[in-house]
Amino acid sequence: MDWWTGIYEAIKQADVRQVAYVPDAGHAALIEACIADNGIRAIALTTEEEGVAVLAGAWLGGVRGALLMQSSGVGNCINMLSLAKTCQFPLPLFVTMRGQWHEFNPWQYPMGQTTGDTLNTAGVQTLTAVEPDDVGAMAAATLDHAFTGGGMSALLLHQRLAPVKTFGK
Amino acid sequence: MDDRRSETFPLRRREIVLRLTRANDETLVISGLGSTAWDITSAGDRDLNFPLWGAMGGAISLGLGLALAQPQRRVLVITGDGETLMGMGSFATVAMQAPENLSICTFDNERYGETGMQSTHTAAKTDLAGVAAACGIATTGTVRTQDDFEAALPIILQAPGPVYHVIKVRAEKLDFVLPPKDGVHLKNRFRQALLGDGAIL
Repeated sequence: MDWWTGIYEAIKQADVRQVAYVPDAGHAALIEACIADNGIRAIALTTEEEGVAVLAGAWLGGVRGALLMQSSGVGNCINMLSLAKTCQFPLPLFVTMRGQWHEFNPWQYPMGQTTGDTLNTAGVQTLTAVEPDDVGAMAAATLDHAFTGGGMSALLLHQRLAPVKTFGK
Repeated sequence: MDDRRSETFPLRRREIVLRLTRANDETLVISGLGSTAWDITSAGDRDLNFPLWGAMGGAISLGLGLALAQPQRRVLVITGDGETLMGMGSFATVAMQAPENLSICTFDNERYGETGMQSTHTAAKTDLAGVAAACGIATTGTVRTQDDFEAALPIILQAPGPVYHVIKVRAEKLDFVLPPKDGVHLKNRFRQALLGDGAIL
């Protein structure tokens, strides 16, 4: 069983109907599953901050959403997080980490190494999954915090979970 | 660049907003921060208004999420040229989802109104309706005169979306008409009016 299925099952269980994302290798299988699911509106974004606003709109309309991104996308969201913070919009984030584990591309280090601190400073609660077996329970807890507490909540998915990217080297 | 030309544009934003927001009490209205938030409030503060006080660049995306969540209701986003410029990628995202109930208007006075009326990029070269069309929004237009507006109004209010209009409005300093500032209150009253009492956490 691949770890991403734990997230998919958790978002289905939580009645998430909009999944917004910027394509990412770590989330690729989950994104494909969401696109194939008639009960989920999969929304491709041009930048991750759009997703923060899309999910706020979804919640205004009575629909739950989740946002998938890579750690570099966290930096793109900072000011838009003030929307979720100020209005207490539920905001569950699932973040695949870079710059953490056999990272081939040094340009990923600055954002990857500060993702957790950046989110915490912005008021987002974070959990980190390192082991595949932990992902499902942590995904459920992340969604529960967002939807029952009206909070911003992120599950950071350690780079150990993702295939090592070597650019053919 | 003629950065004074918008001072003589014939259309006045507070008159336009009345026609847009008072046509149908059921319309869900989102505004950008600043002048367009004061505009929609000048037409009457209502529970189904969600005026932004920040989150610059997010108004169109917020309208998209709402339109997809409420496909039976018309969603009208009214925002400014500066706010639109900051989130232009959202035109591509809207075009891909193509919600039929989403209508977006940019009140374009070619200025950043809240920071001292500095010129925006639309005072120079940028054609926002052209940007939206190139991103794949099928129905777009630029409204410059009263006749243009009368022709565009039924499209803005009723045509299958997504539709996008730039409405060139006069650069003018107007009275502040402030909506409530408490974001939790704005969210909760909107959800209560739309979804009922059970929608409040």
